[in-house]
Amino acid sequence: MSDNILNIALADDDEDDRMLFSEAINEIEIRTKLSLFNHGQELMDYLTLPNVVLPNLIFLDLNMPIKNGQQCLMEIRNNPKLKDLCVAIYSTSSSEKDIEETFLNGANIYVNKPNNFSKLREVVEKVLQLNWQYHTSNLNKETFLFRI
Amino acid sequence: MTLFVKYDLDLLCKTLLKEQLDAQDISYSLGSLGEIHIEGKLSPEKQENLTAALKKYGIDILSKQKVSLIDRIKNAIDDYLRNEDFRTEKLSTYLSNKLHYSYAHLSTVFSENTYMSVENYTILKKIDLAKELICNTNLTLTEIAFRLDYSSVAHLSRQFKKTTGLTPSVFQSIMNKKKN
Repeated sequence: MSDNILNIALADDDEDDRMLFSEAINEIEIRTKLSLFNHGQELMDYLTLPNVVLPNLIFLDLNMPIKNGQQCLMEIRNNPKLKDLCVAIYSTSSSEKDIEETFLNGANIYVNKPNNFSKLREVVEKVLQLNWQYHTSNLNKETFLFRI
Repeated sequence: MTLFVKYDLDLLCKTLLKEQLDAQDISYSLGSLGEIHIEGKLSPEKQENLTAALKKYGIDILSKQKVSLIDRIKNAIDDYLRNEDFRTEKLSTYLSNKLHYSYAHLSTVFSENTYMSVENYTILKKIDLAKELICNTNLTLTEIAFRLDYSSVAHLSRQFKKTTGLTPSVFQSIMNKKKN
């Protein structure tokens, strides 16, 4: 197996969701280091620390207090240091309007939170595989759009 | 006065490798595509000396020979998909002929190191090309399907939706809006 470790960040205000997510990601073959954030502002404060090791992939919940997912996404895309980060939206909303809006704001992947654990594991694994390929292969990042 | 020289890069690298390997007293034979076959194992000390000696010439010993094989497999898949002439043979035959390994070996190494099978990577790459054609050309989906060797436009649409979660038309409309 490869020696590389993927750095992943998740911002979600729901404690149960954070816990389930870390359990799911631990069961996956790809080696990861997960950092958890309780809301958008906490994530943004971390990302803008000097000398921070930026994550390879960020999962963003949409509905969060203090700073929501859309706001974080826009701030990330408007920050020259952060704009190339891969962002996956991780939300219960399946409204087409929300989905389109996140893509227009620069999200790479839109994930609907699954309602059972094995599905969650499967979905997270798929996102990590895609992200891995986009980091290591000659694929066009301009058209990096997936809905899972 | 100016002198003009002509050089053979391949010969240059091979001669240089020979000199350095001989200097470290290592038994070896040189293979094609940057492979050095060494008899037995290198002691850590010798490996360190060799690494340092080659580094001066901008030659790096790749930490895992398999990593570079992955890149060669990916490059070969890209060539295969972009060039209609290659597609007279099956991808598996093409890859094993081009890289001189059995397809079984290539596909095992690939899956173990990229978390994805050769087949799934090829589909992802094909859809990536379809996306590129949708965004940058005026080709219809039927023409794109034909170009990428899909049996029908329905087959392309199905695979596009299955891979990206979006239909080609939704994808196109998002990309158009993103541009404006």
